[in-house]
Amino acid sequence: MTQATKQVRAFCLNGRAQEVLVADNVLLLDTLREALGLTGTKRGCDGGECGACTVLIDGTPRLACLTRTQECDGHGVETIEGLAENGRMSRLQRAFHERLGTQCGYCTPGMVMAADGLLRRNPDPSVAEIRAALAGNICRCTGYVKIIEAIQDAARGAP
Amino acid sequence: MELLPPFHVATPGSIAAAVAAGRHQEASRFIAGGTDLMVNLRHGLGDPAALIDLRGIPELRHVGTTGPDGLVIGAAVTLAELAEHPTVATRYPAIAAAATAVGAPAHRAAGTVGGNLCLDTRCIFYNRSAWWREANGFCLKYQGDTCHVAPTGKRCHAAFSGDLAPALLAHAAEIDIAGPDGLRRQPLAALYAEDGAAHLRLAAGEFLVRVIVAADPWPAAYAKARARGAIDFPLAGVAVALRRSGDDVDGLRVALTGTNARPFLLEGTEGLLGAPVSPAWLDRLGRLVQKQVSPMRTTLLAAQYRRRVAAALAQRLAATLGGAAVVGDAA
Repeated sequence: MTQATKQVRAFCLNGRAQEVLVADNVLLLDTLREALGLTGTKRGCDGGECGACTVLIDGTPRLACLTRTQECDGHGVETIEGLAENGRMSRLQRAFHERLGTQCGYCTPGMVMAADGLLRRNPDPSVAEIRAALAGNICRCTGYVKIIEAIQDAARGAP
Repeated sequence: MELLPPFHVATPGSIAAAVAAGRHQEASRFIAGGTDLMVNLRHGLGDPAALIDLRGIPELRHVGTTGPDGLVIGAAVTLAELAEHPTVATRYPAIAAAATAVGAPAHRAAGTVGGNLCLDTRCIFYNRSAWWREANGFCLKYQGDTCHVAPTGKRCHAAFSGDLAPALLAHAAEIDIAGPDGLRRQPLAALYAEDGAAHLRLAAGEFLVRVIVAADPWPAAYAKARARGAIDFPLAGVAVALRRSGDDVDGLRVALTGTNARPFLLEGTEGLLGAPVSPAWLDRLGRLVQKQVSPMRTTLLAAQYRRRVAAALAQRLAATLGGAAVVGDAA
């Protein structure tokens, strides 16, 4: 078995330049949670099926459990920690809070990032478009109704 | 889940460099989006010393129309890029539908055309953790010597589960393959073999470069049945391309996925030409499908259900494309 050698990988993380020393076989999820301490990105199924680890890469939702850190070299990575500004939640985060779009909360970071990616591309999505955008994100608490309402609220500019 | 095995990743910038990398790295695997391979490697299904990432090769990233070649799709084009391409969305709706039927947006943003066409076969005895498979004595597909689906059989019955292949087969697509012996063009259908443990006819160091689809495609559609409606592999997936002359069908291709170790074109469809789509015609189509698919107990749902749903999907698509007012039922 060969030993994986480490290299410096540089990317833009939540608006700031970030360098990490990682081997090619290290997943973005592990770099975020273990090396950088950004534990908002959740480890769910760990196999690309639940969406709890959804982050944005160059503004597009991607699964951190299927993405090698090496792939992020030279790109922009955004996690749930990057949405709030000056300690104030983003409009989408507030909508999840106000509309009770979160219960146990474990899926919420992934839901919010998938929804954020949708709203950047489509500021006024239909319910069908919201459902399609969140197809890969599993929630076992809410039944999804409140999540969809939260995203509609955020799209309308409320709360 | 387990950590990834140690490997290094090569990122060639040309087809020649990728071929050279494959030649120098005997224990290497080609990779693009990695949405399937990453999961399998973490399950201990393979231990490559190197991965060769093909996404940095410009020829593999191109999708578009080019004169007599019709539609050309690079193997590293993502499924999202393919589905959203204006020409594909308007003139090749079956291909766009098949690409959109794969996973969720986050999978389609990473997963590629080549990856979906070269997807590993799947089975409830194979897509498991290393300790689960070891406790079960492994299986014929990897590390073991018995197929738990058909213990008395001599081959692996894991099912091919890519969505894109049937849509491209229904359009009689061709592919370019690069490797140590140069570049060759062949029908997509010739890429596959009916063996779950060796379903790709690719020699060592060979990889898919592009897919070529003829101009003036026949009207076509794709549909799949799956256990989880939001995202899932197909229990059965069917693409139908149907051309009419007046009321009569004068061209028909039916391609299937999820039921066999390979995606394949239905044989014997010429017997259905020269007649309009009718309940009797749909009944004959359904029987043809049921006779040629061979689903085994590789998913949580019964094989007989997948056999019947494959036929029903083929009938439904053919009825719509053929302008029939009725939807047949082969059951």
